[in-house]
Amino acid sequence: MSDAKLTRDDAAYVARLARIDLTEEELDLYAGQLAVVLDHAAHVAALDTTGVEPTAHPLPLQNVLRPDVARPSLDRDVVLGQAPEVEDHRFQVPRILGDAQ
Amino acid sequence: MTTALALAEQVRTGTVSASEVVERHLAAIDDTDGAVHAFLTVLHDGARREAADIDRRVAAGEDPGPLAGVPVALKDNLCTTGVPTTCSSRILDGWCPPYDATVVGRLRRAGAVVIGKTNLDEFAMGSSTENSAYGATHNPYGPDRVPGGSSGGSAAAVAAGFVPLALGSDTGGSIRQPAALCGVVGMKPTYGTVSRYGLVAFASSLDQIGPISATVADAAALFDVIAGHDPLDSTSLDRPAPRTAENLGDGVAGLRVGLPLELVDGVAPEVAVGVRRAAEVLAAAGATVTECSIPELTYGLSAYYLLAPAEASSNLSRYDGVRYGKRVNGADVEAMMRATRAAGFGPEVKRRIMLGTYALSAGYYDAYYGQAQKVRTLIINAFNDAYRHADVLLGATTPTTAFPLGAKVDDPMAMYLSDVCTVPSNLAGHPAISIPFGADTDGLPIGVQVLAPALCEPLIFRVAEVLEEAAPAVAAPVLASATWTGR
Repeated sequence: MSDAKLTRDDAAYVARLARIDLTEEELDLYAGQLAVVLDHAAHVAALDTTGVEPTAHPLPLQNVLRPDVARPSLDRDVVLGQAPEVEDHRFQVPRILGDAQ
Repeated sequence: MTTALALAEQVRTGTVSASEVVERHLAAIDDTDGAVHAFLTVLHDGARREAADIDRRVAAGEDPGPLAGVPVALKDNLCTTGVPTTCSSRILDGWCPPYDATVVGRLRRAGAVVIGKTNLDEFAMGSSTENSAYGATHNPYGPDRVPGGSSGGSAAAVAAGFVPLALGSDTGGSIRQPAALCGVVGMKPTYGTVSRYGLVAFASSLDQIGPISATVADAAALFDVIAGHDPLDSTSLDRPAPRTAENLGDGVAGLRVGLPLELVDGVAPEVAVGVRRAAEVLAAAGATVTECSIPELTYGLSAYYLLAPAEASSNLSRYDGVRYGKRVNGADVEAMMRATRAAGFGPEVKRRIMLGTYALSAGYYDAYYGQAQKVRTLIINAFNDAYRHADVLLGATTPTTAFPLGAKVDDPMAMYLSDVCTVPSNLAGHPAISIPFGADTDGLPIGVQVLAPALCEPLIFRVAEVLEEAAPAVAAPVLASATWTGR
């Protein structure tokens, strides 16, 4: 694999995917630091893993179900009390659709 | 000496009141934690209320439980109803969870008193507790040294004698590494034995909550209290948890101990000497010690630093300024989220989210994330092979003793290498414990690690107890509080 180096443009693209505004200085810093970590990962990337199954989890996971019976849950006002902005018993957010301006 | 078990016995028999115990520990914290900074929140009122309740129950002839009146510190990524739970992050500044973590309920049902919340690397990402939005914790054995991390506050609190017991969480060594650097016992249980409900998620296939204490018997008692099935955690093992306390004292005669050279060679010479002396102790106690080689362990770090950031980048997407925590306003919802996350996360968390997002992104998924998952399989297979010839494995917990504050903050890869001996157990989901075993020439504690197959907690506590009894004496920490009693 992968002689891919993380460029500054890559870092900007990843920051957009991750929804984090980074400054120019941060982009330069992280591009360099992540390249070092990915270099270290290169010897893992170079291992022959032909025929090896991936492990996503140490346990054989299966869905855990409970009887479909209503139970008490967290109080709505307590939960909304932790929200940054609330309107009409709902989480309030800035505009989602259309132009910001 | 006043271990947690001895304190609980005194409280249950009325020799001392829980209120006296709690006052003594609160006074020690108030007196000395200014220099250590183990705590982010000290619950003076709550602890006094809980202690008074224990005393009422003892007076009424009730048994408040195996940890009656014992002060316990919680890593501040464990949810506590109505009490700030910061994860050492600005993004959760002021957040008070509406529920308790399952382990907190289990502690209270055992009679323990929650005395405070401890410092950590932000969202448990780090190996020095320097990545905290609220400032670093200092190692009680050397105030200019790191306590390790990410559970550095919990380990330092036990080392300084502020509490006999604390809980940490361990994703790649975050209990064992700070325990080793602070000269205390720290144990990561088998994945699934302790409920993760109410543990703020970092890397969900690796995270486990576990005990930190001054003695092996106290760690075993705390493990027995917190372990067990929980329907609120879908990854909780639906079977009785192994009980560990009753097997203490069984010794190691006839036990096969493997000494993987990958966990001995390459660590600092004084740490390696400590591990070899520990091996001699076990051999003298009747175990058969055999050197072995598990080359796959050396791949663990690289695989971990792809898998854990990948899971973190997904888990931390929930901090979006909508439902709880910090919000920085923006022109539209996405600008709000980007600005909130930029202002709320510290440098290491941003770095890991970037790394994980990259490893999961189109074009790199197979080469990085997919490959790391396959290497995880190789490591599990290698452990399974090793355990055909050994009942437990012995090695170093950390490559070095406590390093100076500031030494590695600008070099992430150097910091990540602190976890090289601990990450394989997380990748495999196996239990492992770190036990203090002497000190280096600077007086800084050395930790040795015992690893075992899944659900073999009783075995690792037995081995740990033998090592504890033979461990070289260590001087009291520089920042010992009035309640410090040693082992």
